[in-house]
Amino acid sequence: MSEFHIVVCGSIVPDPLQTLAPVEAPTGWSLKNEMMLPAVLDPWAGHALYEAANLAKKHPGSRVWLVSLAPKAKLQQVMMAVSQKAPFELVVADGSASGFTDSHETARVLAETIKGIAGLETSKMLLFGGWQSASRGSGAVMQMVGEMLGVSEQFQGVDKLTVHDDGAIEVKERIEGGSYQNSLVDGAPAVFGWATGELPEPPNNPQIGMQNMQKNMPALMQAKPADLSGTTMKLASVAVPQQRRETRVVKDAPVDEMAREIVEWLKS
Amino acid sequence: MSKVLYLAHTECDGTLHKSALETLTAAKALAEGLGGELAVGIIGADVAAAADSVAGCGAKIYGVSGPDFADARYASDLAAAEAVATACGAEIVVAPATSRFSRALPGLAVRLGGRVDTHLSGLAVADGQPVARRWFYRQRMEGTLTRSERPWVLTLDSGIAEPFAGAGSAEVEALTVDVSGVRTKVAGLECPSEDQQTIRPDARVLLVAGAGWTKKQADGAVHVDVAEETILNFLNATKSSLGSSKSLVDISGEGNAVISFLTHMHQVGQTGASPRHAKGLSTCCHGEEPHVVGWRFISERRAINTDAGCGWAQGKCDVLYVGDAFEIMKKVNEMLG
Repeated sequence: MSEFHIVVCGSIVPDPLQTLAPVEAPTGWSLKNEMMLPAVLDPWAGHALYEAANLAKKHPGSRVWLVSLAPKAKLQQVMMAVSQKAPFELVVADGSASGFTDSHETARVLAETIKGIAGLETSKMLLFGGWQSASRGSGAVMQMVGEMLGVSEQFQGVDKLTVHDDGAIEVKERIEGGSYQNSLVDGAPAVFGWATGELPEPPNNPQIGMQNMQKNMPALMQAKPADLSGTTMKLASVAVPQQRRETRVVKDAPVDEMAREIVEWLKS
Repeated sequence: MSKVLYLAHTECDGTLHKSALETLTAAKALAEGLGGELAVGIIGADVAAAADSVAGCGAKIYGVSGPDFADARYASDLAAAEAVATACGAEIVVAPATSRFSRALPGLAVRLGGRVDTHLSGLAVADGQPVARRWFYRQRMEGTLTRSERPWVLTLDSGIAEPFAGAGSAEVEALTVDVSGVRTKVAGLECPSEDQQTIRPDARVLLVAGAGWTKKQADGAVHVDVAEETILNFLNATKSSLGSSKSLVDISGEGNAVISFLTHMHQVGQTGASPRHAKGLSTCCHGEEPHVVGWRFISERRAINTDAGCGWAQGKCDVLYVGDAFEIMKKVNEMLG
């Protein structure tokens, strides 16, 4: 039975139900009241974490780390909830989780942070993360982290991963048109950018939460500041589209009339 | 002089996808705008037909071909892209944001010591510099950006330019790339049959199904079977693509009645896709901005909803039909025959 060292990259994003507005400051673009907005674990990174915990459970001796680049105060709030979902060891780089940072800089900080994990064996490493964030949405960070760590077996849009008895890993990746590509890699190390996966969000388990937070509070306290300044990327403008359509409301009309209008529109 | 490399991969039949041809138009315009030189790189099992199809662009064409490059695979695609970029000394690499290149090309930026920006919604030249446009926070806001790092790898979403047309007879400089050390083998594809396919990226119309389809109706009962039949009949009659709101996908995890053919891949909006179609018809959808971004790129939008004040509709669509989607869509299907 294979033993894995699973490193999950995942940060925080504003709760999707919040209204978001960009603001420009001398330090660059950010979200209005960004530090006040309720935050959640990035959804696809969350799926990656739950899949990691599930895989580790099936493979005794495996370990799971959650590596997060985020403002540590905000991250601590989110971890109070996430820690109850699955067992993991938290590794924190204290820095911006903004969608306006350069994906390369985010990848570099994550790769350097992963290199510093004590006890991580690269030969057993499965590097997990979301295939896109809900902030930048570049879908580029995981590949770059993998490259920086010298891992060139990579998969994106992963919905299923099956480990065979010989250690080979079968992967199901999303491609266009609702189709999947199936691949087989002969084992670790490899990178997996998860889409939704197949697992529901685990229920809260306060006991796991207590164990996690005992281990992870020191990680939060000791988080080193992350330097994301190595970029020339300049955002000249950021704006929320203001286009509002003039909606014609068809009300109290017979069903036949509405249907006919829709059909004519579809055929036009 | 800037060297702009346009990168493409072939489809199963050896051709280039429409989005790849659109990207060539944008790459060519970029090279011209910068007063630079355009080069073309094509990766695939056999690149001859694809090269001929774009020969009219006038650029030197590089090819990496063979059975090892037939399938989408990170390590081999990246090795091929690196070989082409190195051979032509690319400063800017422009490629379509297909699943294949979205997987591989961010790694190219690291290999080349450059930077990458993905899923661009626009690419132009201002003051002699490339200016990229892309969305942030899941299509909630759009920004324009520049940078001076080179090489700069850019992937472009579909719909930002007209497809390039200019076939001819191409001379391809073939590059040899060793991928014997790659540990991944592609086992095959799982594609829904034409009858079962409900996600159709190239369809003219997107039908968005909301959670209302699985809620209790006027008679106090749930009619998921009727909903499924109605939706499928519409999709079959119009060959539309199907999307769903997050709430409809999520209820599958809450033990509620579900529409059997809907998966997370159908989800549009905040944590789903933002498909591009000429027309969109939303049915039984509710919710605010996070879901509505799912049809940010739908040109003409109409909605059916029992609530005239629905956030999906007011100000977001062109026409809102206030009524029962079960009745209206049944009649629509009858009229479509």
